[in-house]
Amino acid sequence: MMAILVNEKSRVVVQGITGREGMVRTRLMKDYGTCVVAGVTPGKGGGEIHGVPVFDSVEEARESAGQIDISVIFVPAFLVKNAALEAIDAGVKLLVLVPDRVPIFDVLEIIRLARDRGARFVGPNTLGLVSPGKAVLGMIGGRAERAKEWFRPGDIGVSSRSGGMTSAISYYLTEEGLGQSTIVHVGGDAILGLSHPEIMELFEKDGETRMVVMFGEIGTTQEERVADLIETGKFTKPLIAFIGGKAAKSGTRFSHAGAIVEGSRGSYESKVKRLKEVGVHVADSVSDIPKIAKKLKNEKGG
Amino acid sequence: MSKLYEFQSKKLLKEGGIRVPAGDVASSPAEVREIAQRIGKPVVLKIQVWLTGRAGLGGIQFAETSEEAEDAASKMFGMKVKNFVIDKILVEEKLKIKSEYFAGLVIDDSKKSPLLIFSSAGGTGIEEIARSHPENVSQISIDVLTGLREYEARNLIRKTGISGKLLLQLSDVLTKFYKVARHYDARSAEMNPLVLTEDNLVYAADCHLTIDDYAVFRHPELGIEVAREFDRPPTLLEKIAYQVEEKDYRGTFYFFQMAEEVSKDEKLIGFHGAGGGGSMMSMDAVLARGFKLANFCDTSGNPSASKVYRASKIILSQPDIRGYFASGSGVASQEQYHSARGMVKAFHEEKLSIPGVIRLGGNFEEKAIEILGNYLKDIPAKVEGYGRRDSPEFCAQRLEELIKENQSACYEVKSVVDPALPPNCYFFETLTGKLAIDHEKCPDCGTKGCIEACKAEVLKLEDGKPVLSVSPEEAKKGKCTECLACEIFCTFHEQDAIFIHLPIPGLKEYREKIIKKNKA
Repeated sequence: MMAILVNEKSRVVVQGITGREGMVRTRLMKDYGTCVVAGVTPGKGGGEIHGVPVFDSVEEARESAGQIDISVIFVPAFLVKNAALEAIDAGVKLLVLVPDRVPIFDVLEIIRLARDRGARFVGPNTLGLVSPGKAVLGMIGGRAERAKEWFRPGDIGVSSRSGGMTSAISYYLTEEGLGQSTIVHVGGDAILGLSHPEIMELFEKDGETRMVVMFGEIGTTQEERVADLIETGKFTKPLIAFIGGKAAKSGTRFSHAGAIVEGSRGSYESKVKRLKEVGVHVADSVSDIPKIAKKLKNEKGG
Repeated sequence: MSKLYEFQSKKLLKEGGIRVPAGDVASSPAEVREIAQRIGKPVVLKIQVWLTGRAGLGGIQFAETSEEAEDAASKMFGMKVKNFVIDKILVEEKLKIKSEYFAGLVIDDSKKSPLLIFSSAGGTGIEEIARSHPENVSQISIDVLTGLREYEARNLIRKTGISGKLLLQLSDVLTKFYKVARHYDARSAEMNPLVLTEDNLVYAADCHLTIDDYAVFRHPELGIEVAREFDRPPTLLEKIAYQVEEKDYRGTFYFFQMAEEVSKDEKLIGFHGAGGGGSMMSMDAVLARGFKLANFCDTSGNPSASKVYRASKIILSQPDIRGYFASGSGVASQEQYHSARGMVKAFHEEKLSIPGVIRLGGNFEEKAIEILGNYLKDIPAKVEGYGRRDSPEFCAQRLEELIKENQSACYEVKSVVDPALPPNCYFFETLTGKLAIDHEKCPDCGTKGCIEACKAEVLKLEDGKPVLSVSPEEAKKGKCTECLACEIFCTFHEQDAIFIHLPIPGLKEYREKIIKKNKA
């Protein structure tokens, strides 16, 4: 069985492990089965949190605890850039930036260094991701027993721009007996490490994933770019999408320049139109998603 | 995104070495006259609003003399333009313009980098020009690690057909422009028009910067009051709400008013969402039933019960709403009983007279719904709690039915009453308030349930009375999580001896104003 981005073998470091969220989430991730091998809080090296050794730097964690595949970052927003650059510099290839309110130019700098080093990240402003039955990163699902009850292993990939809706959609799928391969909250911000299109490309390559559900929202061009991928044959699996914000004021324009670059992209109408054009099943209500998924599954003979 | 006014943006450009017209901002016709006198040339008067197309709205006037300027200004001040009442006018020398250009910076979500756009044709209708004359427009993605280099700017401008000395002048302006935008963490920046005058000098004739809300903390010098996206200045109630958010780091609290002039609309309700996507979906559900929202509110990211309480109190400061709708994603990772307790305390204090539908799906929703069910029986209105299996559409329908049952009664805002605490009661400070216990009532208590209710374990029994088990400093620093469990237990099961005072600065005065206005 495969999954994208994380599985039970992924070796994880928690940056900010001694903080309010870091401490609680480390326990929850471990309870779920995530392989948390080290924690980092500068100045607090030498201790232990829920049986996880704490180090002063990511580099030291790697030297002592061995290979590190993923870093989950729980530091205050203004420290995120430093923590992320540190992890990338230490050779970590996947980061999860949980905090909200990270300055946008900080995110752009992280993206820039990540590109140079072949690293990727989920977030910022993400609840995290979970490969059901394997591992959870971040805070999605809350307590382990709840996460195990809500999310079940299966072949549907979930990618969502809303944290709460990531859980909600996955739970409604589980209720219908439809399990998930990996569930990703890409993050609530405009600029993301991995946005919907990149997640779709990963799901395309994942043998376990046979169908994908995407929760989109007004603003940004992510959903239109997913449509572009489908059009150019880079994403071929069945896709069910829901776009939030139908009734909200039509896409806030930053500026003339924004309008020149994006044209009409970003609005509810634009997203729905583009997705429908390329054959995506666009649900009118979130509660329709499991029904459509079930129907598609039956058509394909399970 | 926090928008800056033109006069603020130009000040930053000027500091960054870009030429802007001589002038200053005025708050009265007399000031306009003074500034015009100082300039000593024909002037232009520009209303300061976050809108484009001001000329068409009568917001740009020319004057030959300072008397004329004062005259024109006296008609402009107080003017209502969309959501703005004009209280500031920028007075500037009138430029003799030869040609107009456009420069704009945005953060491009597809390329994940800043993107600079330049057009050799600028001014009004730039979006149309860009569509019909693509040869006039060029763009470049900027490497955030190196910034915009002079030769990159030169190549960008060259492609629009500009050459010679002007090319050099403009590339210099653009590199400086990017530096200013980057320094101030601009989410977007625009000079439209950027002009060449008859004496061959390049001026930023208009400029608008929008600062990244998340980076406002780095720029206290900008004096941004409310770091939120608004297309108008924030209302008084929004400012009050923002103060609550600023003073409590636990979770996120957004609040903005949708209907500024609240009408006696039959379908007006107060809205309390949780989480961006869940809020949006819930909003779609109520709007689809024809409801109108007095406000949008979102408490999420694991907020404290006290923060949710304050959010409810702020929502209930809006007159004439007919119902209260709270709903999030439905499957929230956070423990839902914190929100339930916050609302219970608020609804009780307000003796809520309009129906509420509260959809609190997620971790421990059963307990959350039980809290709503158990403790809201004795308020005048009906409040129903729902969970993850109940759709937002169904909940919106329930609210409609309950409002009908309540004969669409309007909500009346009540005065904020300061609590009358017994003079000698035991108390300690919490992160954002004060917890008081009337120890004289404790001997009649059979359960001492407050101790068990306190999951943060900051209370212990001493001589049969609850007291702090940690130091007052620790309690104030956040050990007491303001979960409200002890107060709710004591109020409903025991002696009503515990009260947590959670002040909301400015709310008392605000409500008095609303009440007075409604009486008039």
